Amino acid sequence: MSTGLEITGASVRYGNRLVLDGFSLPPLLPGQVTVLAGPNAAGKSTLLKGIARLAPVQGQFRLDGQDLTRMAAPERARRIGVMPQTLPSGSALSVLESVIAALRAGGAHHGPDAADRALAVLERLGISPLALDPLDRLSGGQRQMVSLAQAIVRDPRLLLLDEPTSALDLARQVRLLSEVRRIAAEGRIVLAVLHDLALAARWADRIAVLHNGKIYAEGAPETVVTPVMLAEVYGVEARVEHCSQGQLTVLIDRELDRSPG
Amino acid sequence: MAAGSILAQYHARNRRRGLLVVALGLGALLALLADLMTGPAGLPLHDVIGALTGWSEVSRGTQVIVWQVRLPVAVMALLVGAALAMAGAEMQTVLENPLAEPFTLGVSAAAALGAATAIVLGLAIPGLPPVWSVSGNAFVFALGALALLQLLGRLRGGGTAVLILFGIALNFAAGAFLSLLQFVASADALQQLVFWTMGSLSAANWVSAAILATVLALTSPFAFRASWQLTALRMGEDQARSYGVDVTALRRWALLRVSLLAATAVSMVGIIGFVGLAGPHIARMLVGEDHRFLLPASLLTGALVMSLASVLSKLIVPGVLLPVGLVTSLIGLPIFFALILRGRGH
Repeated sequence: MSTGLEITGASVRYGNRLVLDGFSLPPLLPGQVTVLAGPNAAGKSTLLKGIARLAPVQGQFRLDGQDLTRMAAPERARRIGVMPQTLPSGSALSVLESVIAALRAGGAHHGPDAADRALAVLERLGISPLALDPLDRLSGGQRQMVSLAQAIVRDPRLLLLDEPTSALDLARQVRLLSEVRRIAAEGRIVLAVLHDLALAARWADRIAVLHNGKIYAEGAPETVVTPVMLAEVYGVEARVEHCSQGQLTVLIDRELDRSPG
Repeated sequence: MAAGSILAQYHARNRRRGLLVVALGLGALLALLADLMTGPAGLPLHDVIGALTGWSEVSRGTQVIVWQVRLPVAVMALLVGAALAMAGAEMQTVLENPLAEPFTLGVSAAAALGAATAIVLGLAIPGLPPVWSVSGNAFVFALGALALLQLLGRLRGGGTAVLILFGIALNFAAGAFLSLLQFVASADALQQLVFWTMGSLSAANWVSAAILATVLALTSPFAFRASWQLTALRMGEDQARSYGVDVTALRRWALLRVSLLAATAVSMVGIIGFVGLAGPHIARMLVGEDHRFLLPASLLTGALVMSLASVLSKLIVPGVLLPVGLVTSLIGLPIFFALILRGRGH
């Protein structure tokens, strides 16, 4: 039986618009972090939603050989954790309660140890001091950490992260991404949307660049993040430099004139 | 803070919430006793308890007043409050809108229109005894309004904001038709209709109380069983789906429960505002949003508020029984505002 996430011939809709059509992605393997990059409105978030069946999809979506589109919702929820861009505001639930709900609501976990498991996840992410605080008192960054906790509390095989670092300060970005690496190292598949290509290159095993409904390039960060890609996909003139420790940096010089003709 | 101490605090908080729910239940029972004591002839607590339990001798007259006159009305007050607040709590969660309740969604207005078809036009459901024609029509209209809302919502893609807008439109539409019927009604029918729309418990009897109690008993267990799913929905629809909750089914069943509860309650006592909205909000301030506590607390808060309103409706103007719907709005609103403003403070 094949392992990993395979997507072939997929089409995904956002509202009435067909965002991806006949789309395929090289298999994502356990233990690897793959970053999905690309310009705004390229369909990155929609693809994540499609994989988790939060948006209507067609085509082949297989996780460890099993058809995700035919899987019952609770079964799918046990295998896939989703971290959205933002959590809705205005909930007076405490952090711990919200993570327990993420564990119990699908009906997969009934045990009396739900609270212990939820708290263990908060400790792992370093946010257990917030456990009893209401969600609507948290900062944007804190909410993002809580949302990661909700995504991983069911111990999913596949973790989908939608701009997980967008509200985080530098230290928390590093903390979150190191944690994501550890989560992947436990044999999980991680697919994350990230806009910061330098950050992506530092933390991802592979980068897939989505452009015009297709994969423009996919592979190891050094092979994908190139001045040519930056010009063709993002329309910027940029240099890709390596610093002394070999880390990749993107230096943007100017926007290219993309007016047709 | 160590994990053990956080867990201990979490469990202590839940125990406190459990106790609050019990306290609300006791409060509702005390309000019921107070409701039985008040009326044109005040009855001492001793006599009320004597008549209820048979522990002490009471006169035949007291027996009749307590069992035949006051108890059906007092029990109906508890049941109506419980039903409306329960309906409001579920509606607010599944429609993800703190303003949702049977009243704001036009269910009450539709029920009033249904009542008017019976009172003014003399329409009745064939086979239903004439005494039930007003309630029968009100029930059909209220249920029809909720069915229409769900249908329209589904046609448009099921967005909850759209559903609320349809509800508001329905409110106005039913109101306009009601005015039209009032315009053509005879003076007699008009008076009866106006009285009905004010909401009154005085028509309650054991049969109507038993019907509402049955609906409440049949729907609540399913709501309680969905507690975790409803709690998860507070994180938004997509998140709840990603936790494995079938949000579409959850919403459909919750709205069916809400429809039955609201339509039954409103059809029997007329329009009672405020309880469906404020009951759940007061409960939320007391026990938070974990629906294992929020649902029973809403139910009991509604019962308590409604029972107190019933007592006040007899006391405000001595010798006059005010429509209880007026009392819930007049007395409830200041309390509600005070709670909201206090809640903002800390």
